[in-house]
Amino acid sequence: MAKKQLVRVKVNGHERQAEVEPRLLLVHFIREVLGLRGTHVGCDTSHCGACTVVLDGKTVKSCTMFAPQADGCELLTVEGLMRNGTLHPLQEGFKEEHGLQCGFCTPGMLMSSYVLLQKNKKPTEEDIRWGISGNLCRCTGYQNIVKAVLYAAAKMGGGAK
Amino acid sequence: MIHPTTPEVGGMGHSIKRKEDLRFIQGKGNYVDDVHLPDMVYGHMVRSPYAHARLKSINTEKAKAHPGVLAIITGEDLAKANLAWMPTLYFDKQMVLATGKVLFQSQEVAFVVAEDRYTAADAAELVDVEYEELPVLVDPHKATDPTSPILREDREEKSNHIFHWEVGDKAATDKAFQDAAVKANVHAIFQRCHPAPLETCGCVADFNRATGRLTVYLTSQAPHAHRTLFALVGGIPENNIRVISPDIGGGFGNKVPIYPGYVCSVVASLTLGRPVKWIETRSENLQSTGFARDYHMTAELAADKDGKIQALRVKTLADHGAFNAAAQPTKFPAGLFSICTGAYDYPNAFCEVDGVYTNKAPGGIAYRCSFRVTEAAYLIERAVDVLARELKVDPVELREKNFIRPEQFPYKSPLGWSFDSGNYQAAMDLALKKVGYAELRKEQEEKRKKGELMGIGVSSFVEIVGAGPAHTFDIVGIKMFDSAEIRVHPTGKAICRMGTKSQGQGHETTYAQIVAQELGIPAADVLVEEGDTDTAPYGLGTYASRSTPVSGAATAVAARKIREKAKKIAAHLLECGEEDLEWEPGKFFVKGAPSKAKTIQEIAFAAYTNLPQGMEAGLEAVDYYDPPNLTFPFGTYICVVDIDKGTGEVKVRRFVAVDDCGNVINPMIVDGQIHGGLTEGLAIAFMQQIDYDENGNVQGGSFMDYLLPTAVETPNWETDKTCTPSPHHPLGAKGVGESPNVGSPAAFVNAVVDALAHLGVRHIDMPVTPWKVWTILKEKGVVS
Repeated sequence: MAKKQLVRVKVNGHERQAEVEPRLLLVHFIREVLGLRGTHVGCDTSHCGACTVVLDGKTVKSCTMFAPQADGCELLTVEGLMRNGTLHPLQEGFKEEHGLQCGFCTPGMLMSSYVLLQKNKKPTEEDIRWGISGNLCRCTGYQNIVKAVLYAAAKMGGGAK
Repeated sequence: MIHPTTPEVGGMGHSIKRKEDLRFIQGKGNYVDDVHLPDMVYGHMVRSPYAHARLKSINTEKAKAHPGVLAIITGEDLAKANLAWMPTLYFDKQMVLATGKVLFQSQEVAFVVAEDRYTAADAAELVDVEYEELPVLVDPHKATDPTSPILREDREEKSNHIFHWEVGDKAATDKAFQDAAVKANVHAIFQRCHPAPLETCGCVADFNRATGRLTVYLTSQAPHAHRTLFALVGGIPENNIRVISPDIGGGFGNKVPIYPGYVCSVVASLTLGRPVKWIETRSENLQSTGFARDYHMTAELAADKDGKIQALRVKTLADHGAFNAAAQPTKFPAGLFSICTGAYDYPNAFCEVDGVYTNKAPGGIAYRCSFRVTEAAYLIERAVDVLARELKVDPVELREKNFIRPEQFPYKSPLGWSFDSGNYQAAMDLALKKVGYAELRKEQEEKRKKGELMGIGVSSFVEIVGAGPAHTFDIVGIKMFDSAEIRVHPTGKAICRMGTKSQGQGHETTYAQIVAQELGIPAADVLVEEGDTDTAPYGLGTYASRSTPVSGAATAVAARKIREKAKKIAAHLLECGEEDLEWEPGKFFVKGAPSKAKTIQEIAFAAYTNLPQGMEAGLEAVDYYDPPNLTFPFGTYICVVDIDKGTGEVKVRRFVAVDDCGNVINPMIVDGQIHGGLTEGLAIAFMQQIDYDENGNVQGGSFMDYLLPTAVETPNWETDKTCTPSPHHPLGAKGVGESPNVGSPAAFVNAVVDALAHLGVRHIDMPVTPWKVWTILKEKGVVS
């Protein structure tokens, strides 16, 4: 076994660190070392996007990175979306617009949508469809997810173009 | 007639927001891989690279010596405990871990247990298995050739033929064909595909040596049935087994069977006395767990010259893979395939199905449908379109001419089903109006003149869901009732426990709405709990759209039992006779004096504090509901496609879905179910296929090449509904979750074929890929 490496991250505003095997995938670091199990694993080829988190402001599929590659980075996971006990407008939108069924893709969807709305405050439906095209959902047919993101955009002061 | 309730109560028909969402949107769901127990260890499966090979030897020495490895289990080890094989859900058996030989690629060969996930995977690489390759049988049509290898040497019958099943009147049907003015036939393959829920299968088996109890956290659509099977197969007393289905990340039929990984995890936990977690990878999920379909079907229709259908004849070859692990509880080897007569009224039908073994993964599960209903609906809806071409009439006109009429219900189908209710013309009318059918046909004509390819596809499907009447359906002999148990607390709040298990369908909300409807207790005050066999009443689980038809009915009946007792208490409190009382959701009041009333909350309190003399305390009821019949949801779907001649790409321009599932519990949730099912139908029609090369190597064994639609390929669905209540369901409801997946594949394919019909195209097999379409365009000289 290779020598363990120290990984220091700021996750959802909190400094965390741990010594891990260099080959440990970031998603397993998040789930099993940090204990944040809202981030899911749905495939083994980086297609499904269930493991999407925000790393230094960009979405990343956390199964495509080793934990040591995230050393010194800032991470946002689904657990960090709520502020002061209030749901993020995206979380609210997913609930109001029935944007989830089994809930397994939801954390990844939320994180991709979060970054989309950071970059594009007034997304069109098509912008949203492309924005979440790295995330697979088997339950909803995406239609209500699109509505949920539009709901959040409107609530955050943007709204459709 | 459903008594209206206020939005605050949230009974039937209210689109209340889902109660389960709060935990999921915060990342606080509890899926099986989130279960984390002290001292937990991990399992990893060693799998066969060959589709058919003799096992010469398995050397586990190196793997055993790997630091962190705790145990390695092989088929020989399991054989000592008589566990090398397990029964499937359909009169066959399946290897847990291979002994003697392997029969499909990725078959389970050994199970490695180690302190952590990575170590287990490392050690699996060190297990040295020596194979001797055997001739491979891939093509089901060659299964009974004398030159083909016999796959199942364990069976007495030395043949790859599993069953022949037939239903209907062969002689009368043959005669109708002899006399028919017009005949049409289609050979359609419903390709092998996989449900691929976003969460794969997995478990945590936790045997506690101190108490002798085994707790299994399991991705199970049927936790009680699985507990009984563990008891029957493993010999563990059933009271010492607790199956917990935590949150499930989608099922679609994939999580009905018991898989070797579960059994190995249980054996490992029994051996080690520690919790063992096994979570399959996506590739393992696609390559080894329950595939669906793989039906090679021929349908022939006979009609008179006016287009009145006289007979249907169906011949089907079913590829069941290496073991017949069809997860279906009917008494018929091809499940409910005999629903293939469709929405049409004709006197004669004959259907025969032969099942065979091949060197492919086992399964035959009902992927988002009742058992083989999707295959049946696809076949008849394709065949009717082909007949319309033959007769040179519009496919809508032909359907309308042959629809079973509303006054014919209950309708006895020529293959023996009693359709409970329907109004097929109403759904068709609404769909035609919504899509603007006549204008679309004009547009198509214009486009054809310009050489543009546009198609309109119609599907008027009928489903058969809600297994089932106990006389026809069982799992290992256990009748297919389902259950609900409701307890009303002293403060008027309630808990409802079910024999079913949601995988995303929204049960925590919809069952609460049924209680709200029947008792007037606001849905917000009703906690719905499923999936823990220690607490929930026995049930057969959630699949085949049976939750609302069976457990939903049980919930209504249990609530009505509570209402009966509540009435006695109300009469006691109001000092009147029971016959003087009237009910409206939430209260009993004295006839003619509505102010003299007792609310359900007041009655609940009295049930614990102020009872009539001699009455037992408490306010609760349980019901085990055996439905008198299945429910028959239906609808009309119309799909409009445009085809890019340069690339062969099909673009779904519009898709109108009119569904009829009787009375609706939560319209928002029903709409969501339709969206999701249509998207899976789209995926099946255009993308999803598990194929095999001539050596039995699985193609489509990962998300690299098993294609699923993203938000970009998925169109906006236009949904609407008609309402024909089920006459026998206590709430007039029918199942709905699977209708869109059952009804839509034919609409997609019919649309593509319609776009190419003037070129002489009559059928294209799914998945309708751009390559297939482009190849046809090239053959027809449309593109060079």
